[in-house]
Amino acid sequence: MRAVFAIPYPLSSILAGKRMNVGLEHYLIVSALLFALGLLGVITRRNLLVMYMSLELMLNSANLTLVSFSRFNDNLNGQVMVFFIITVAAAEVAVGLALIVALYRKRQSAHVEDLTSMKY
Amino acid sequence: MKLEALPWLILFLPLLAAGIITLFTLRNKAVSATLSIGAIVTGFVLTLALIKFGGWEARELSVNWLSIGSLTVDFGIKLDALSLMMLLVVTGVGSAIHIYSYGYMHDDPGFSRFFACLSLFTFSMLGIVLANNFLQMFIFWELVGVSSYLLIGFWFEKASAADAAKKAFITNRLGDFGFILGILIIFTIAGSLNFSVLQSANAIAVLGGSATLAGLLIFCGAMGKSAQFPLHVWLPDAMEGPTPVSALIHAATMVAAGVYMLCRVFFIFTPDALTVISWVGGFTALLAALIAVQQNDIKRILAYSTLSQLGYMVMGVGLTAPQAGMFHLTTHAFFKALLFLGAGSVIHAMHHEQDIWKMGALRKKMPVTFWTFMVGTLALAGVWPLSGFFSKDAILAAAQHHAHEHPITGWALFGLAVFVAMLTTFYMFRLVFVAFFGAAKSHGVDHAHESPGVMVWPLRTLAIMSIAGGVIGIEALFAGALKPGGEHPHGLLAQLVYPFQHAPVAALSGLAAFAVGLFLAWKLYWNAKEDLFTVKFSGLSKLMSNRFYFDEIYEATVIRIHDAIAAISDWIDRWIVEGFCLGLVRGGTDLTGRALRLVQTGNLQTYAFLFVLGVAVVLWFVLGK
Repeated sequence: MRAVFAIPYPLSSILAGKRMNVGLEHYLIVSALLFALGLLGVITRRNLLVMYMSLELMLNSANLTLVSFSRFNDNLNGQVMVFFIITVAAAEVAVGLALIVALYRKRQSAHVEDLTSMKY
Repeated sequence: MKLEALPWLILFLPLLAAGIITLFTLRNKAVSATLSIGAIVTGFVLTLALIKFGGWEARELSVNWLSIGSLTVDFGIKLDALSLMMLLVVTGVGSAIHIYSYGYMHDDPGFSRFFACLSLFTFSMLGIVLANNFLQMFIFWELVGVSSYLLIGFWFEKASAADAAKKAFITNRLGDFGFILGILIIFTIAGSLNFSVLQSANAIAVLGGSATLAGLLIFCGAMGKSAQFPLHVWLPDAMEGPTPVSALIHAATMVAAGVYMLCRVFFIFTPDALTVISWVGGFTALLAALIAVQQNDIKRILAYSTLSQLGYMVMGVGLTAPQAGMFHLTTHAFFKALLFLGAGSVIHAMHHEQDIWKMGALRKKMPVTFWTFMVGTLALAGVWPLSGFFSKDAILAAAQHHAHEHPITGWALFGLAVFVAMLTTFYMFRLVFVAFFGAAKSHGVDHAHESPGVMVWPLRTLAIMSIAGGVIGIEALFAGALKPGGEHPHGLLAQLVYPFQHAPVAALSGLAAFAVGLFLAWKLYWNAKEDLFTVKFSGLSKLMSNRFYFDEIYEATVIRIHDAIAAISDWIDRWIVEGFCLGLVRGGTDLTGRALRLVQTGNLQTYAFLFVLGVAVVLWFVLGK
């Protein structure tokens, strides 16, 4: 198995049954997974609300990255940044949800297939 | 107020009046007329003040207008005896015509618009008179073209008036094309456009071999504006405008501009150019006088008479006697304005009947108009001691004087001028005998009556000027400005007899021509019921009354060729420029657009996907590789 491809560091140590030493890489991998999941949701899900939730997921994966860098570099700037992002995101959610509700009231639908009036 | 401000005021007051009328007072007839008449009368009074306090000597005022590289153009005012006298004529005769228009146009729906156009026209003409350089003169030259277009086409709902306006404008443009080419030659070689600079730099010597060419090109401009052969065809058609406009264009302003310009830049003409100018003038005088003999429309007779007299003036300039040309221009302004306004008075009384063969016996019905018209006729025919005699004699004397050095040209033009003087008397008395004497030739005459005071008083004023204009020292003024050094009589009596002492041959020939013309007219038209000339010389008469078929010739040649060129240009524009070049660019853009718009699916998630893809590509470029 080793001959075919090298398993990257954290996974390889988990598989090898070693005691886990949680480092920056772990956090970054989780963050990347979250980001990819969010992106997948935005691109594939048809419901606007779900797409919106996926979008928030992507945002929070970025937050996680910032916090972990902050923690491992002993620099509080990243955490300050996250607070700002959370605050702005709260406001943005309010606006976004309001738009979705308004759209639903107008079109009686929250599916992206029904919202193609900008086609060609 | 400082004296320097006066010329600027005189120049810009009419523009101000035109602007205010157009913008604010189109609905208020009285205010519009007051503004327009006020502007020009004030101009006249200010000109008098300027001459009273500033005198006649030459001076210049100018402000720098634009300066690009070596080209420096001033917006300037050149004051000397020539421009001041011209200023007096334009504002003076113009004032009479403005006041007269108040009566003539009173019931016209476009009354205010008419006065706005009149003021604009006055402004343009004053600009030409005051200009101190070629470029400024050219700009006002074109402005006169535009405003004359507006005035001739004033009754634009009439197709003939609209056509006449176009014809006047386009014919003038032809001449102006030559004019601007001449200006360009002068600027390229001499490096300046200022009249005084050119004159003191001895322009002919500087221009060298191209001096004659430049002079003739400049003369093209005068040919258009002063309606010289072969660009004379627009002037008779310009009669389509209201009669005051005809008076203004024919007497004091537009057509005078050409002659004025020739005198203003007289220093630029070489002897060869002057010979051409004198022959063009002489030929125009003869041609127009012949045509005038067989016209029946009262205004057209006067129009061809103007053409003929303009030919005289141009000939005078060509015979190296610009002062004689300007003198004739001034006196002509008086009596031709008088004749046109008199004709307008007749037309007004006859309810817009213009055919002289439907008038007759108007002498009793309209005494003031008749007597003033008679004064104008006698002045035009050159009867001693009216103004026309002296100015015409000055030109005849110039021709005779010219004959000392160039016998062929001089005597030929002298004979031609005398013959034209005879024709002038003939056609003018034909007009007077038919329209004012004899029996009434239509019912319109029975209802005719004298015109109101606002129309009659300008006639009286102009009649006085037509009588006295020859002996109040106008010629001496022009001679002082244009040909210093000559001797001129002073005192009334000396001026009255001067022509007979100075050049008795010319003076007596002029009077003899008058007598012959009068006798012929009396023989043919006294108490005439029909035109005997037409009956006896039917072939010649047909040629004359059809204006020697110049319009038809131009129609068949110039206009045909022009149409052909236009058709070819149209084809090139339609198929090559528009079809091929534009088609390719437009079609290519269209095709690309059609392909690219397929990307716009309207699906949010496609956009999101493409966006992420884009970000990934950018990241790969920036970080990866």
